[in-house]
Amino acid sequence: MTAVLELDGVSKVYREQPPVAALRGVSFSVQGGELVAIVGPSGSGKSTLLHVMGTLERPSSGVVRIGGVDAAQLDDRELSRLRARQIGFVFQQFFLAEHATVRENVADGLLYAGVAAAERYERADDALERVGLSHRTTFKPTKLSGGERQRVAIARALVGRPAIVLADEPTGNLDSTNGASIMELIGELNAAGATIIMITHDAGLADRLPRQIRMLDGEVVSDTGRDPDVLVAGCKGELR
Amino acid sequence: MSAVSGRLGLKDGLRVASVGLRARPLRAALSALGIAIGTAAIVAILGLSSSSQAGLLAQIDRLGTNLLTVEAGQSVTGQDANLPLEAPGRISLLDNVQVLAHTGLLKQSRVYRSSVIPAANSGGLQVRASSLNLLSVLGTGVARGAWLNAGTAREPVTVLGAVAAERLGIDRVHADQRIWLQGQWFNVAGILEPSALATDIDVSALVGYPAAKKYLGYVSIARGEQEAGPPSTIYVRAATGHEAAVQALLAPTANPEAANEVNVSQPSDVLTARAAAAGAFDSLFLGLGIVALIVGAVGVANIMIISVLERRSEIGLRRALGATKAQIRTQFLAESILLAAIGGVVGVLAGAAATAVYASSKSWAIVVPVEAWSGGIASAILIGAFAGLMPAVRASRMAPTVALRTV
Repeated sequence: MTAVLELDGVSKVYREQPPVAALRGVSFSVQGGELVAIVGPSGSGKSTLLHVMGTLERPSSGVVRIGGVDAAQLDDRELSRLRARQIGFVFQQFFLAEHATVRENVADGLLYAGVAAAERYERADDALERVGLSHRTTFKPTKLSGGERQRVAIARALVGRPAIVLADEPTGNLDSTNGASIMELIGELNAAGATIIMITHDAGLADRLPRQIRMLDGEVVSDTGRDPDVLVAGCKGELR
Repeated sequence: MSAVSGRLGLKDGLRVASVGLRARPLRAALSALGIAIGTAAIVAILGLSSSSQAGLLAQIDRLGTNLLTVEAGQSVTGQDANLPLEAPGRISLLDNVQVLAHTGLLKQSRVYRSSVIPAANSGGLQVRASSLNLLSVLGTGVARGAWLNAGTAREPVTVLGAVAAERLGIDRVHADQRIWLQGQWFNVAGILEPSALATDIDVSALVGYPAAKKYLGYVSIARGEQEAGPPSTIYVRAATGHEAAVQALLAPTANPEAANEVNVSQPSDVLTARAAAAGAFDSLFLGLGIVALIVGAVGVANIMIISVLERRSEIGLRRALGATKAQIRTQFLAESILLAAIGGVVGVLAGAAATAVYASSKSWAIVVPVEAWSGGIASAILIGAFAGLMPAVRASRMAPTVALRTV
């Protein structure tokens, strides 16, 4: 299996006074089909790491490879295309368009990928079925519960069948029931083949995932590494 | 996955550009209103001046531009001159003169509602003797009653001009309707329509030449006999296209001995000049319209800047979904243009409606010049582009991470 994401000595220094080193020499790689938790307290650099992995931010030094391609070699247009086709984002705050229907929100995940409208809506319906929201396609997000909204956001991230899904505290705005249900969904999607990297400050949550990368002060302090035996079965077992 | 690059189609582009407008329709409507008011003002002003011009030109067309007026002027010593008694006859012999009519001003005669009105209250009205074909030459109609005929022209009977009737307080004609004219009663036979080409007629009480001679002593001596006259104004219809040639000959023909004592004019010139003046834009209101447009532009720019700040997370999300900087820039620029264009279209419609209402109340043709409505929409679009440029550039330069962090 090839690495869908590789980080090699990635550092990020914000040029403020004094300069802030958000990431210091971070290196790891993620294989296709993995479910990884990046865990650390706030200020540990995990959000910056997510942005660097998602090519929303360029590292100060080091190499980020997505599907074997060095992101530093790409210009804004090429990076945008990479994001449109290879990376799906799930955010803590959902970021749904309130005036648009659930279906339109999900279909917009493909808006910048050069997919024709009819196909976008078809694939949106598929994605909504995968997250169990087929009965809500014509609803506006304001009519949905927090858990349902996050499912819509996950469907939007999945609709383009990206190589990697980056989830930033996906349960952070949810109560424990909804949070557990979202974690279950993430486990199921991973079992179905999606590569998911989830950022969380919740060590307990991270412990239930097959691999944990622990961050502190911009550095990786531990990486449990990939354990192919517990990858799918262990995760699902624990969540249940 | 499709091999096509991530460029948005027109439909998707429009949908994305209208996201902000659909999300906050009231705000969009209010900021479009500024543009609409400015555009409406400009379109209405251009439309109204064009319509009033069209109205005047239609009137000129109806009245004809081939009417020439010959009037007695002043002698070199500054005294009022008279036209010779034979002037109408001589002019009628000229080539390209189709018809003519004439009136003679009775300078000493005054007209009153009744015999008890003080002599000084003449109301500025005149008494004129008139040839019987006056109305057909001037193209003036009879509002009430009848015009003079060969019979009534010999009797103490008068027909009043439109203004004269109004000032005398006479608005209908009946058998006993009389006015006091130079010491005797004259029956009122009719009231005329306003005469656009000969406003002198409007303020006159018109009588026949024989009556003027018999009852009002309006005579001059010709070949040893008393004749009614002389005429003071001659109205000449020249063949169309020969007005200038006829005009040049009128003064020497009317009075060969003293052509300089004759004034010749073309009354439609005045109307044409008035039409040209109506066509000139009312620069004050046009200026106000432009100011309104500028204020509208500032409003749109303001709204767009606020919109960019408020929609940071949307911008960040779109970048995460794969939108390029250029696509973000285009989105906000297109939104601004769309907003202003909606204002422009609404403004053009409102301006055209105002023109239509006012023009039909004046029974003018409704004219909204192409330059007015196309220029109105084009300037709204330009304003939208100009007002949206800076906010759009700011939106595209916003780092997606910053945009996503702020909620």
